[in-house]
Amino acid sequence: MAQEELSPDGTAVALRDGWDGVVADWSADKQAFSVPWGKAMMWIFLLSDTFIFSCFLTGYMTVRISTTEPWPIPSEVFALNLFGQDIPLILIAIMTFILISSSGTMAMAVNFGYARERKKVAILMVITALFGASFVGMQVFEWSKLIEEGVRPWSNPMGAAQFGSSFFMITGFHGLHVSVGVIYLLTVAFKVNRGDYEERGYEIVEITGLYWHFVDLVWVFIFALFYLW
Amino acid sequence: MSTETGQVHPISLYLKIWGLLFILSACSYAVDYFDFQGYLRWFLIITFMWLKAGLIVSIFMHMAWERMALVYAILLPPMFLMVLVGMMAIEGGYTTLTRILFFGPGSAPIVH
Repeated sequence: MAQEELSPDGTAVALRDGWDGVVADWSADKQAFSVPWGKAMMWIFLLSDTFIFSCFLTGYMTVRISTTEPWPIPSEVFALNLFGQDIPLILIAIMTFILISSSGTMAMAVNFGYARERKKVAILMVITALFGASFVGMQVFEWSKLIEEGVRPWSNPMGAAQFGSSFFMITGFHGLHVSVGVIYLLTVAFKVNRGDYEERGYEIVEITGLYWHFVDLVWVFIFALFYLW
Repeated sequence: MSTETGQVHPISLYLKIWGLLFILSACSYAVDYFDFQGYLRWFLIITFMWLKAGLIVSIFMHMAWERMALVYAILLPPMFLMVLVGMMAIEGGYTTLTRILFFGPGSAPIVH
């Protein structure tokens, strides 16, 4: 869909699309990305975060391939005894659904932001933050359960010692991101509710949303590669 | 659909994607619950993972509607991580083999 921009003399000029657009956007003597600067910066920050998490996950892959000890079976390690039977991985599944739901409410908050319904934005962002906080709460439960069972970053009773170090580092770093995200969400929700963005516009909600969706995105990879593999 | 200020899309679209993500997560959980093993397990896990990641990035994070300059600036660099993953997989395999060779059962005692 062709977008337009204002040329220096004030007339609207159509932007080119496709590869022509890439070349024109990068080579022209102007800003490369036609998005608010905060959004471009958030994307670049998320790109750097992608590399950090990728390094963690690649490191986990390497130690898991190279260990000759049997790897603890995540399905059993993370099973919970509910209603008298062991249900595999159930807590992790609930955490996954909670994080996805928080992404859904966040997407709706962005929408209401541009519709300038700031009360709804604030409420939806607080709900998102509550989902996030409950996620962290479950992670605390999971950590204490594993620590109680004797899992340490340097050893564990189930098998390969590298399991503990990978687990604590990857989920710990992700949990830190969720915790920071909850604070970020609550801060922006508070300012939205106070009406700080009535004049400046509500891009900030979309930018906050980018961060939050990224946290959900990282969990998709951790869930698949660490818990299900 | 997209303006200079931001991305506005109907809420119904978000709700549909939300539902899809729920279904896909349930599917990946089912892979574990019904205890699929071997290549089938790997294939299903990876497929569901990329489908979910794609939906989140393209719809929730609005990448589907951004200009190509931004899309390529953000999505191309992580592709190179595949090189790192490939090299580390080879390295990991090599380490396992040498560990089995030198520390495994029947390995020759180290003579100084």
